[in-house]
Amino acid sequence: MTNPVLKVENLSKSFGALKASNDVSLDLRPGEIHALIGPNGAGKSTLIKQISGGLRPDAGRIEVLGRDVTVLDTVARARMGLGRTFQISSLAMEFSVLQNAVLGALGARGRAFGLFRNVMRDAALLETAHDALSRVGLQDVAQQRTADLSHGQRRQLEVAVALTLKPRLFLMDEPMAGLGASGSKELTGFLDALRQEAPILLVEPDMDAVFALADRISVLVYGAVIATGTADEIRNNPEVRRAYLGEEELA
Amino acid sequence: MGRERLFNAAMLLALLAVPLLAWGLQEPFIITLATKVAILALAGVGLNIALGLGGLVSLGHAAFFGIGGYAMGTLASHAQNYEPLFSWPFLFEGSNQMPLIWLTAVLASASGALVIGALSLRTSGVYFIMITLAFCQMLYYFAISWSAYGGEDGLSIWVRNEMPGLNTLDPIQFFAVAFGVLCLALWFSARLARSAFGLALSAARQSEERVETVGLAPFKLRLVAFVISGPITGLAGALFADLNRFVSPTMLSWHTSGEIMIFVILGGVGRLYGPLVGAAVYILLEHLLGGISEYWQIFLGLLLLGMVLFARGGLIGAPVGSGGGA
Repeated sequence: MTNPVLKVENLSKSFGALKASNDVSLDLRPGEIHALIGPNGAGKSTLIKQISGGLRPDAGRIEVLGRDVTVLDTVARARMGLGRTFQISSLAMEFSVLQNAVLGALGARGRAFGLFRNVMRDAALLETAHDALSRVGLQDVAQQRTADLSHGQRRQLEVAVALTLKPRLFLMDEPMAGLGASGSKELTGFLDALRQEAPILLVEPDMDAVFALADRISVLVYGAVIATGTADEIRNNPEVRRAYLGEEELA
Repeated sequence: MGRERLFNAAMLLALLAVPLLAWGLQEPFIITLATKVAILALAGVGLNIALGLGGLVSLGHAAFFGIGGYAMGTLASHAQNYEPLFSWPFLFEGSNQMPLIWLTAVLASASGALVIGALSLRTSGVYFIMITLAFCQMLYYFAISWSAYGGEDGLSIWVRNEMPGLNTLDPIQFFAVAFGVLCLALWFSARLARSAFGLALSAARQSEERVETVGLAPFKLRLVAFVISGPITGLAGALFADLNRFVSPTMLSWHTSGEIMIFVILGGVGRLYGPLVGAAVYILLEHLLGGISEYWQIFLGLLLLGMVLFARGGLIGAPVGSGGGA
């Protein structure tokens, strides 16, 4: 149980002179929410992209469930059980909400080469899809066109699609953005319970949510992790205060 | 959705009714026109799977149309000259039987689609358009210089190939053959659009990232789509060659690719019956305006321009309204 689900070791990635990831090491343990915070441009998105497989690191290695996945692509990592949500919603906008969830269920099944049977009448896929939608509270808009959803509902659908994959770990990039106060609180409660199913690496600018949820927090500044620890440790870390939280507290 | 279905059924019935009426009035030319519509629509149905469902803008579908045409041409010409295509490693004789010709056309264009797809699907956007076009042009010049099968002059077949139980020289019977194949292809592509594969392919068109993230490989989906799409257009090529009893490199030219694409766009990209409407309008314009002016395509161009600027849903979108999709 103590083996980390995700292990990132000495990851580096540069764009020209810009070091977007500078010798980053972190891990995600079973049952925890590990939050990744840092000011704008700290390299959070670049890191997430490298972990999910969309970007190849210059150096370092990434391990998922004890297996080196550094050279695997996004598809292979998704199949290993990496469920990701995007900062900017990446959904099939022409589809209904339900179709997007069914697509996730189809991905979890791993085969999408049925050419004749109506996929929207596949009882097993529909059950998985409806189940995921009701868990995030989207069951009432299941038939709506995804493009007609509000910004917040799209975030919820992102999470629902990730749920259909029954992943072994979640990678969530700003899932609360655009949710509003009550929606954000609801999702906070939901993620709180979700960590028992699979650990979550969470990127989230909403500090209240992060400090309420996270078992551990890593602070990223200029591409490097300057501190990792519990909420209290991070709050009291002088370096973190100077680099990141300090401005608010001093003012 | 209901209105589009009604409209589709009406279109299909019209395509059936016109030649039947012409048959009663003894107007074989009109039957031939309707046959041409059915065959060209079939070519469009093939392209629509790649273009409409998969978002793959292939300007090389004439390659499959031509491969189908030449599959018919080579088999039939060997049959009429009583010489086998090759005798090693096994004896392969020519044939004038449509089922065998179709099978050959489908297998040949599927292999072509596999090769062309595997190479060109590694690119996207404008590069994909150019590479598919380039493959098509390669085949075009190959056909021009292949003198054994007529080269630039093309290849004539004296007698239309045979279909067991039918007299294909009778225009209405040959129309029935083409119409039957078109109906089958429409039925198949309707099933495909609603299938698991259709859902995943359509999702890959809308968001490649999304499909990858759920663990499905867009490249594989698109390659399969290409290998399904190509043979349908190839089958149309075999029928088209049989309609004219003539195959020439023109079938492989990029004009042909463009025409097939025009059928799809005129009718409405991604609309199941779009290619049928597009092909019907194209042939009608060619027939009606072509009699008035050699430059009838100017009007086609204006129509296409209007379509693209003001009615993205195509000609079907106008009476039926937008939406639909998969």
